[in-house]
Amino acid sequence: MAAAPNDDSLTDSGSLLEASGLAKHFGPVVALRSADLRVRGGEIHALMGANGAGKSTLVKILTGALTADGGTIRLGGRARTFRSTSEARKAGLICVYQDPSLLPDLTVLQNLILTATPISSFRRYLADLGLGGFDLSTMPRELARPTLSLLDLARALAIEPQLLLLDEITASLPADLTSRVFSVARQLRAEGRSVIFISHRLAEVSALCDRATVLRDGKTVGVVEPAQGGEERIVKLMLGPVAEEVAAEAASPSTPATGAVAVEVRDLKAGTLNGVSFTLRFGEVLGVAALEGQGEKELFDCMAGVRRPESGQILVGGKARSFGHPADAIRAGLVLIPADRLQALLRQRSVRENIALPFVNRIARWGPINPRREKRRVATAVKRLQIDTRVTSEVRRLSGGNQQKVGIARWLAGGFKTLLCFDPTRGIDIGTKRQIYGLVKELAANGSAVLLFTSELPEIQLACNRVIVLFGGELVDEMPASDADERALLRAAHGLPSEEGE
Amino acid sequence: MATAAAAAPRTSGIRFGRAARRYGWTIAVYALFAVLMVVTLIIKPDYGAFEWNTLTLAALPLAFAATAQTIVVLSGGIDLSVGPLMALANVLALRAMLGHDLGYSLIVALIVLLEVTLAGALNGAIIVLTRVPDIVITLATSFIWAGLALLVLAKPTPGVPFDFQNLAQGSTLSAWIPNALLLLLVIPLVWIPLRRSRAGLAIYAVGSDRNAAFRSGVNLGLSRVLAYAVGGFFAACGGLALSMTTGVGSPLAGTYYTLSGVSAIVLGGVSLAGGRGGMLGPVAAAYILSLIPAVLIYLGIDPNYGQMIQGVLIVIVVMIGGLGVVLRRA
Amino acid sequence: MSSRAAATARIVQQNSIIVLIALLVALAGLIEVIRPGAVNANWVSNILEFAAPLGILAAGQTLVVITGGIDLSVANVATAAAYIMASQAPFGVTRGIVAGLLVGVVVGLVNGVGVAVFRVQPLIMTLAMGLVVTGTLNVYSQAAVRSVPGVPAVIHTLGSGTVLEYVPVSLFLWAVLAAVLIIGLRGTGFGRLLYALGDNQEATRLAGVRGWQVLLTNYMACGLLSAVAGIVLAGTVNAADLSLANILLLPSVAAVVIGGTSIFGGSGSYSGTAVGALILTVLNSVLTLLDVPDAVKQVLYGAIIVLLAAAYTRVLGRD
Repeated sequence: MAAAPNDDSLTDSGSLLEASGLAKHFGPVVALRSADLRVRGGEIHALMGANGAGKSTLVKILTGALTADGGTIRLGGRARTFRSTSEARKAGLICVYQDPSLLPDLTVLQNLILTATPISSFRRYLADLGLGGFDLSTMPRELARPTLSLLDLARALAIEPQLLLLDEITASLPADLTSRVFSVARQLRAEGRSVIFISHRLAEVSALCDRATVLRDGKTVGVVEPAQGGEERIVKLMLGPVAEEVAAEAASPSTPATGAVAVEVRDLKAGTLNGVSFTLRFGEVLGVAALEGQGEKELFDCMAGVRRPESGQILVGGKARSFGHPADAIRAGLVLIPADRLQALLRQRSVRENIALPFVNRIARWGPINPRREKRRVATAVKRLQIDTRVTSEVRRLSGGNQQKVGIARWLAGGFKTLLCFDPTRGIDIGTKRQIYGLVKELAANGSAVLLFTSELPEIQLACNRVIVLFGGELVDEMPASDADERALLRAAHGLPSEEGE
Repeated sequence: MATAAAAAPRTSGIRFGRAARRYGWTIAVYALFAVLMVVTLIIKPDYGAFEWNTLTLAALPLAFAATAQTIVVLSGGIDLSVGPLMALANVLALRAMLGHDLGYSLIVALIVLLEVTLAGALNGAIIVLTRVPDIVITLATSFIWAGLALLVLAKPTPGVPFDFQNLAQGSTLSAWIPNALLLLLVIPLVWIPLRRSRAGLAIYAVGSDRNAAFRSGVNLGLSRVLAYAVGGFFAACGGLALSMTTGVGSPLAGTYYTLSGVSAIVLGGVSLAGGRGGMLGPVAAAYILSLIPAVLIYLGIDPNYGQMIQGVLIVIVVMIGGLGVVLRRA
Repeated sequence: MSSRAAATARIVQQNSIIVLIALLVALAGLIEVIRPGAVNANWVSNILEFAAPLGILAAGQTLVVITGGIDLSVANVATAAAYIMASQAPFGVTRGIVAGLLVGVVVGLVNGVGVAVFRVQPLIMTLAMGLVVTGTLNVYSQAAVRSVPGVPAVIHTLGSGTVLEYVPVSLFLWAVLAAVLIIGLRGTGFGRLLYALGDNQEATRLAGVRGWQVLLTNYMACGLLSAVAGIVLAGTVNAADLSLANILLLPSVAAVVIGGTSIFGGSGSYSGTAVGALILTVLNSVLTLLDVPDAVKQVLYGAIIVLLAAAYTRVLGRD
């Protein structure tokens, strides 16, 4: 089963993996335009890119989970196409994902049997990762996320892959476990094998990786050596035109808002979120900067009534509110735009029905609909957002950007006081992004309050007046947008001074 | 190391807790059965080997129906054609066995098992190939199998060879170990090796988390078809069990077993969402569901209450299960 | 999905009702070919009369399927409603009808509580309630009713009477209900919410809708329609026995599927279901005319549902 750790023929030819011109689209959505990736034998190679740049699609194509529409993959000099993950596995390519792919209802041992993983080898790597003596009759359902990640990694290592892909595996790991993963990766490199490492954390990339390939909008835009001060270049490449946009916007500094308090959050605790307090005023866009999993999701969910906080208060217009259902939050004027557009949309229904959904959200409105009035309200919102569609067509046939606009248009038509935007531009093209940010600013200027989280830190300055930074579930910093350049935000979002700190 | 220690529970206390969590429902189902048996003994002090034998005979086809449904549900599907498949096996067997000896009957039984296993596999193949939801397809094929059963045999007809009936009806070993109880061994004989094989694990895998199963290299379509095929096999066992226990070939026997089979697996602790559960619970549940009408008769109550009680029991069980989900969400 | 397939999908989707009606006409044509002169006013009257109870039963089923659920207790409810109506009718026909309809509402309420509040899978909840209803009905018939009750004259007229010789009385009821459903699904907030819940429960929740209220009401509506269907059917066959409507369970789902309502929920219409019910009734008539035995009829029913469902899934695709 195990491939020879050192295959000289591979290293001779220079590249272990050569992917060029890979493309993939899903219906109207282009996930990957033209991605190139060359990985040498004995190299740790970073794959970088903003959200929606096409990293996950590329990984899925490399590991056989998806087949590309175009382009070639050469492994050890031979052209290959993988039709399934098991084919890629046999060729020595395996991926460990951020969400562990162990089956929750089989014991760990059964998971190993299912994937024909050599058990002794698995145990050895598990010991390397600090889980010696692990009980294999445990069920993944019963385990914590970091442990699952390590198990998943050990399982991948146990088949002695030539090329190991780590897709954001460190995102859910505490620092001590991250360093264990690093040492295993370095060990592979020492044996002449290769690792593709995907992470949002620049510090990790420059500490670990030999080279980095940067993707933007589904294209490879550059290959950088992060160790030699390449971080700046990576950031620049990842951002593309937006970086210039930021510079342009910075020329017109947004002023701090002085409106009345729209929402006050007091010592809110829920899951990862560990006691956060702040105020949001009418007329401002308050940015929330955070790496993934710092409690930002819980914060938005609590404010939108999607989940109940464990403790703490949300005050709307000075009165403490308890939201048991999104309906309660909506009545208080707080509405949520989630990151996953499809989470909020009715895919099979028309644009009009999607936008008009909040019109009928109470028993009192179950009766006949006034079609003319509805048409008018919907048309106004569609026009304002320049949604590019016939209003009657199904939402699933729209592009991602237009779908997100429909999600926002719903509330423009339905009415709100405070807009909670959770990463509204994830995977959306730059033109639409600009429109959405422009709209958000306009809404604030017209007196609404906006709370905006974006996973793309450089975009914060585009839209916000003020920024709060979450790290480890706590509010660690607050600054006016004029100070919130990417560097400052990155430092704060990493919980600096100590980047390794928890 | 702290994480590792927390992640790998090693103390016996935790182990016990884990076992209770994993098998708690099954244990509770057996406890319920035990309680019901005790109640029965109190109501009817002269409960003896004969009554016990009657119970095992009544429970045998239902136990197979529940087993058939369990495998399909574990793979994340549902098979509403289990009953008609049983009826089909039952009438096919009667048609071919009529007036023959035991040896011939056994060969017929084997052929019927094969045929109905293929019918089950066909259910699965249609679902996988057409991508139409399992409910619709098996609802439709339940018409087809029931119609075929009626074509094979227009009306209930006695005539299952006595030697074949006696495979289930006697008590060869001891009065308290009736053959109908021993025949249940078919279930572990097929199930245990399957469960330990990669194919069996793959069935659990597709029901548990399709995405993770796909990433683990499981062939999703094939695993689902296999589940339906094995379901078909057990439905065939159920049909043959009907032949043995009733001695009659009955084309309309099916309907009851589809519904009761689903009831048994719900009561037996198999998650309808797929991936969780085993065979022990549903078999015990089949015994419980078969015992209820008997208890009613012993109590002198109209056995028609049985169906009602069965329904109410299921409603309560699924609502408790649902309540757990609701509370966890809140 | 290629753009051509998508275009085809859209055409079929927008005109599926025309395709269905064409199918219906073709089946009628087939009868005329087999037995010239068979398709006459009397035949049409008969078809409508027998399609009405199925159409009404499938109406409730449509409402539930649109929300992504399924109600396997409709036939049991219809049977129970008819039986209880008939057995209570001697104390007053109104009392009988109210009692029958109440059966539907109560069972629908329990189904709704199970599905909407306790989040039980609709399939299981309604299956179990079907058992409860049938079991309870059996007990009731043993305990309270001496003999099989007769159907009151009013109901008999409702189920099998005609106006102007050929127009069945039940058609009027069916037409009114159909109009209410078709208009209600399109033009009311409640209708919108049914589609919304069937399409995406989470999205509906995020839009501030308390889904349980909608689902609960909807299952009650389904129960009520099932009860109406049972009472009409009792009038049509002029009997109310303990297995009156049981054979209509699968056709009620079949009519919905044939009518083009997605079994996943979120799309569909009652007009499709109504034509579906007519197609099933005409098909039955064709097969009866051909002297096809019941067994073969069943096999054909099953095969047709598989083929139609597969065709819908292929053409309309869920990407």
